[in-house]
Amino acid sequence: MSNRLRKNHYLKNWKNLFNLIIMNNLKIILLALAVISITAFTYNNKENFTTGDGYKVGDIATDFSLKNIDGKMVSLADYKKAKGFIIIFTCNTCPVSVRNEDRILALDKKYKNSGFPVIAINPNNPAVQPGDSYELMKVRAKEKGFTFPYLFDDGQKIFPQYGASATPHVYILQKEKEGLKVKYIGGIDNSSRNPDTVTIKYAENAIDALLEGKPIEVTKTRAIGCSIKV
Amino acid sequence: MKEHVKIIVLALLLITIFSCKKEKEMLGQSNENEIIEVYDFNELEPLLNALDDNIYVVNFWATWCAPCVKELPYFQELHDSYKKQNVKVILVSLDFPDKFESQLIPFVKKKNISPQVILLDDPNENAWIPKIDETWSGALPATLIYTKNKRAFYEQSFTKESLFKELEKFI
Repeated sequence: MSNRLRKNHYLKNWKNLFNLIIMNNLKIILLALAVISITAFTYNNKENFTTGDGYKVGDIATDFSLKNIDGKMVSLADYKKAKGFIIIFTCNTCPVSVRNEDRILALDKKYKNSGFPVIAINPNNPAVQPGDSYELMKVRAKEKGFTFPYLFDDGQKIFPQYGASATPHVYILQKEKEGLKVKYIGGIDNSSRNPDTVTIKYAENAIDALLEGKPIEVTKTRAIGCSIKV
Repeated sequence: MKEHVKIIVLALLLITIFSCKKEKEMLGQSNENEIIEVYDFNELEPLLNALDDNIYVVNFWATWCAPCVKELPYFQELHDSYKKQNVKVILVSLDFPDKFESQLIPFVKKKNISPQVILLDDPNENAWIPKIDETWSGALPATLIYTKNKRAFYEQSFTKESLFKELEKFI
């Protein structure tokens, strides 16, 4: 074979090989595009997402390992001395959450030393709500001087287990023999939109009762909040 | 064969792009909303339990709630399309009471929202949220559709299609 012919032969082979790759992977390429299209469609409908059952008062809550704004992973098991936790699903962007930041700070200040620290978790998907990205969580926490961990529910795996449906949404847990028992689910108080018209502080009442070893009077409440962005 | 592939790929890409695009806002022309009433829950409650022959579509929303603002045009369209068929749309705002004049009123005016708008200013949320619906967590948006015989509550966002479809079940 002359050099020229050999070159042509190679070129032809390369072309064949290229075609072979494309054609062999055609199904995969089309499938990928179809998946993207379908995802784009369901993305619009995902607002209908419901959190399912989640925890009820009395259930045992799962521990987790979520990234804090300082880059470290945080688990509830790290808190050896804690008697329990005030888990609050909250975020940067929900105006109701923002209006409750001072109240969340006050809860942490009041109960951290009694063994019930606040653990805040951002449940939102930054792809849907860019203002709730991990980077912007750091910014908000610094601006507001958060005294508690502010964790990112990366992949949105934890909030559905808890059954959080809004921001802000509080879960008070107490360490018991069987594990972390859910003691209270709901609002911080009875007026999420206006701190000046609060008449009942549900979360505080629940922790006070736990600290005194008394039954909690109101274990489940509702409050106005933002839907979780999925 | 290759041409077909190109067409399919192009079509899928276009579908992807279009389905991501936000739906065009279509708001009504007439502004019937000269006054926004401020109610507490006791004042609102009769509007959630009317016994007349109307179909009531009560949307709970706020100007600060992005998914609410997104679906608001569909409620406007519903109001425009069905007002001759005894359908009453009521938009119950859960805006911050101290932002009534600075946010809610300008928003309603700017968007030419014509269905009735009410600001629910009642701090005792845990008392009235379950009275609106036992299943409601309090997250926005949420919608109640009812007649004197039938009632349904939706803690979700609507597309235009899904909203109109739900209403049709009541007609």
